[in-house]
Amino acid sequence: MTHPVLSVRDLSVAFFTRRGALQALDRVSFDIAPGEVLGVVGESGAGKSLTGQSVIGLLEPPGRITGGEIRLHGERIDNLTPDAMRKIRGRKIGMVFQDPLTSLNPLYTIGQQLTETILTHLPVSAEEARQRALALLTEVGIPSPERRIDSYPHEFSGGMRQRVVLALALCAEPELVIADEPTTALDVSVQAQIIALLKRLCHERQTAVMLVTHDMGVIAETADRVAVMYAGRIVEIGPVREVVQNPKHPYAQGLMGAIPTLEGGRDKLVQIEGSMPQLKNIPAGCAFNPRCPHAFARCHVEKPDLVPVEHSRVACFLYDEKRKENAA
Amino acid sequence: MLAFILRRLAQSIAVLLTVAIIAFAMFRFVGDPVNQIVSLDTPAEQVEKIRKDLGLDQPVYIQFARYIGNALHGDFGQSYQFRQPVTKLLAERAPATLELALMSALFSLVVGIPMGVYTALNRNGFGAKLFQAVSLIGVSLPTFLIGILLIYLFSVQLGWLPSFGRGEVVKLTQNWTTGLLTWSGIKALILPAITLGLFQMTLIMRLVRAEMLEVMRTDYIKFARARGLKTRAINFGHALKNTLVPVITIAGLQLGSIIAFAIITETVFQWPGMGVLFLKAVQNVDIPIMAAYLMMIAALFVLINLTVDLLYAAVDPRLRATIRES
Repeated sequence: MTHPVLSVRDLSVAFFTRRGALQALDRVSFDIAPGEVLGVVGESGAGKSLTGQSVIGLLEPPGRITGGEIRLHGERIDNLTPDAMRKIRGRKIGMVFQDPLTSLNPLYTIGQQLTETILTHLPVSAEEARQRALALLTEVGIPSPERRIDSYPHEFSGGMRQRVVLALALCAEPELVIADEPTTALDVSVQAQIIALLKRLCHERQTAVMLVTHDMGVIAETADRVAVMYAGRIVEIGPVREVVQNPKHPYAQGLMGAIPTLEGGRDKLVQIEGSMPQLKNIPAGCAFNPRCPHAFARCHVEKPDLVPVEHSRVACFLYDEKRKENAA
Repeated sequence: MLAFILRRLAQSIAVLLTVAIIAFAMFRFVGDPVNQIVSLDTPAEQVEKIRKDLGLDQPVYIQFARYIGNALHGDFGQSYQFRQPVTKLLAERAPATLELALMSALFSLVVGIPMGVYTALNRNGFGAKLFQAVSLIGVSLPTFLIGILLIYLFSVQLGWLPSFGRGEVVKLTQNWTTGLLTWSGIKALILPAITLGLFQMTLIMRLVRAEMLEVMRTDYIKFARARGLKTRAINFGHALKNTLVPVITIAGLQLGSIIAFAIITETVFQWPGMGVLFLKAVQNVDIPIMAAYLMMIAALFVLINLTVDLLYAAVDPRLRATIRES
């Protein structure tokens, strides 16, 4: 593997409240290579978006990074001054939000918003910035951009606005794009277009992508690798084919079992019993143990670490035990 | 756009006509105007003559039509107590009131908006909490009390500023006198302007703070941060502009109330404006002045509302679109 664009090691985040610290991310580690799309999946509250916010330095108080490192091209970025981090945002790390209807400032034309971002990060003249904005709009598939560049956000449809948001995220050629549920708020028919566009743009530029979503269809179509998160930890990470077709962690198995398929007939979908614990009462040992059909004594005491299983890495003692058996 | 303005003008005329009916009704319901003019021992023939001269013997609708017709020519009749045209009396005093109102409005905006922005951006800082606490006093203390306290402190104790009157004024035109061109005029304006504007200032500060906090939570501000824009650009370019949209409405309407309710401040400072004139009119049942004042304030509110709508459209492109479509 080439040098990763983004390298996250043992990232921990906690919320400091009056009742004490709540651990929201627990030693999360992953890499993303240039041009690679890492899908991050999990239930709401698993820590997907929080991971993205930590990387781009937009954690909101009372959330705070309590441990670990975030490196961009080998340089640590988790301990930079606010102004140094601001210069990285938009320039080296771009971000796309969930709702294109609310992501754009209603009082400025899309041209103003694009040129403002370009001028903030690149040493170009106002005229060059406008030319660049036009080129970007063409690239993201806005028809007749010369006419549309001076339009206001409310004059665009949701899908078109998300294209503009993509153009904004990419306008200074960042090396990493964090897409936080980029299609959740869109019509199904538009979702596929936006995902295809994101994939093409990032592939052409060899931009690394961290794609946060709970839509397994989007992941299967787009991602190269997948990280499955549960209660603030990565429980399984591996190539998309491996994780989707042959999940190892009991939670990942449950998650994949819950995807409806056309071939699956009308049988009931598999459900995972219970719900994810809240931050304040995550059980000791493996956080999944109350819901896990395979839980045994060790799961209630120790936290499993990620260990290699076939092509993936899985945080589950089942595979530890198997390995020991094989070794014996 | 033109259609929008025209429709608004038509609505404005309807509003003004309604107010005119109410103003006119005062003449008939507050008692017989002739009795206000004559004394107890005026002979009955003379009372009848006055009634005829004033046209009060004619049917109501004719009287109303004549009142409107005269009003359109700027004639609101004679004041009962001063025996002078109402228009002249109001015109003489309008500059004092307008000057006071504009200075108060300016003070409330120039101080209120930056304080609101400051308290929103540093909402946990000591200064912001202090401003919040002080603004509570401004909102809850009655105007006359603030005026008296200011007079006590700056006129009586420190002797820095005059406690009443307009100071020296300069005549600009036939009817327009200004106190802004002389040092004593400016000094005389300071206390009344602060008294009148303090409530509006704290109101605007609290409004700007609340709106700004709201805007700072929106997705487009988060996205602006994620694009790495400078904090300054985010706070003042993106957040403040969105904050000002609702603030324009309130500030506009407040300007109307400043002019309409300058009465108390003018009384406390013996300010020779329309408020004092109105108060005297109420004491002496001088209905022509009261009616004219009512209509003038109504016209002012209508005008301000129209301006606010146009300003709105200038700031918010979404509104421009709605106006264009309709």
